[in-house]
Amino acid sequence: MSSDTSSAQAIGDVEGVSLYDVDNPAPYIEAPRKRTGKTPRSTRGNFEMAAWLFMRLSGIVLVVLVIGHLLIQLVLDGGVSKIGFAFVAGRWASPFWQVWDLLMLWLAMLHGTNGLRTVINDYAERANTRLWLKGLLYTATVFTIILGTLVIFTFDPNIR
Amino acid sequence: MATPTLEKMEEAAAASPYITVTFRIRRFNPEISDEAQWQDFQIEIDPKERVLDGLHKIKWDLDGTLTFRRSCAHGICGSDAMRINGKNRLACKTLIKDINPEKPITVEAIKGLTVMKDLVVDMEPFFQAYRDVMPFLVTKGNEPTRERLQSAEDRERFDDTTKCILCAACTSSCPVFWNDGQYFGPAAIVNAHRFIFDSRDEAGEQRLEILNDKDGVWRCRTTFNCTDACPRGIEVTKAIQEVKRALITRRY
Repeated sequence: MSSDTSSAQAIGDVEGVSLYDVDNPAPYIEAPRKRTGKTPRSTRGNFEMAAWLFMRLSGIVLVVLVIGHLLIQLVLDGGVSKIGFAFVAGRWASPFWQVWDLLMLWLAMLHGTNGLRTVINDYAERANTRLWLKGLLYTATVFTIILGTLVIFTFDPNIR
Repeated sequence: MATPTLEKMEEAAAASPYITVTFRIRRFNPEISDEAQWQDFQIEIDPKERVLDGLHKIKWDLDGTLTFRRSCAHGICGSDAMRINGKNRLACKTLIKDINPEKPITVEAIKGLTVMKDLVVDMEPFFQAYRDVMPFLVTKGNEPTRERLQSAEDRERFDDTTKCILCAACTSSCPVFWNDGQYFGPAAIVNAHRFIFDSRDEAGEQRLEILNDKDGVWRCRTTFNCTDACPRGIEVTKAIQEVKRALITRRY
């Protein structure tokens, strides 16, 4: 062999730095998908399917909502320069735009949250990391959705 | 002056088919070191031969400790799936000339499964997922006295997924499987597909329910790594999407 893996020195080194011995054996790593006492009896349910469907359907609706929103806000009728307190107050006087913005807020937040949840599931390897990242994600989502909904419903154009 | 026949023979001798190829193999031996390392082997080989022939040459002539699995060596048993030049392939179906022999050919174990030695991995999680989808015919009622007949169209419906040889090239190329190994993996879903869409089978509903799991078909991100890796040319991603569609149309 060209490498030094088979030399006695290499063997000595590996055994010398070993963290484990007879009194302190290496932890036993459970193989994935193995049936143990801790394995939940069933992890089935329709949640993942509902989430998958929601991503597709909300995506289609969001394309219409977001492109419409961008057109109105940035392109049509003078573009971005027209946006001000008066413009927003005028739009939210109509229930149609209230519903539009509310729908866009909820769908965009849930769509994005579900996407990030999948990313965390796919990339976070340790259960603890997953728990914390998801906790942070859900907290931020709930906060944003509640705050946004509150603003849309309690908006007062005569505020001083 | 030599005869034309002799001339030809001399030419053939001068133009030897053998070329020198470097095999860069990821070696791992848990009895020696807890770390894997790359080792180069130079061998003379006919470029029309396969990567498996090169591995045999190394094992038989250069280093007998090289460990890998192979049984039939003709692309049927699915034992010798490995990562060759960064892509999952069967060593017995990959010709040297097709993978640029001028550069070193890297050979390593398939990813996502525990390496036991050199190119041998622990396939148990893979087969556990396979067993979980009940890969056998389930029927009700009395056994017929003759074969269970099926029309050619009904057979055609799942023809693609009957070709699977369980080599794990697809499952070990799937980035979702690499994460925690809990995902069922393309191979298990392909073998479930083979029975779900079989007109003779009566447990399709049960199998769909199994794949509706949190680690079932919904974790597929359609990256098409599995379709690219499959040495049998199965349209794996398509099969997974068909299972998804069956689950949705069944519910809604």
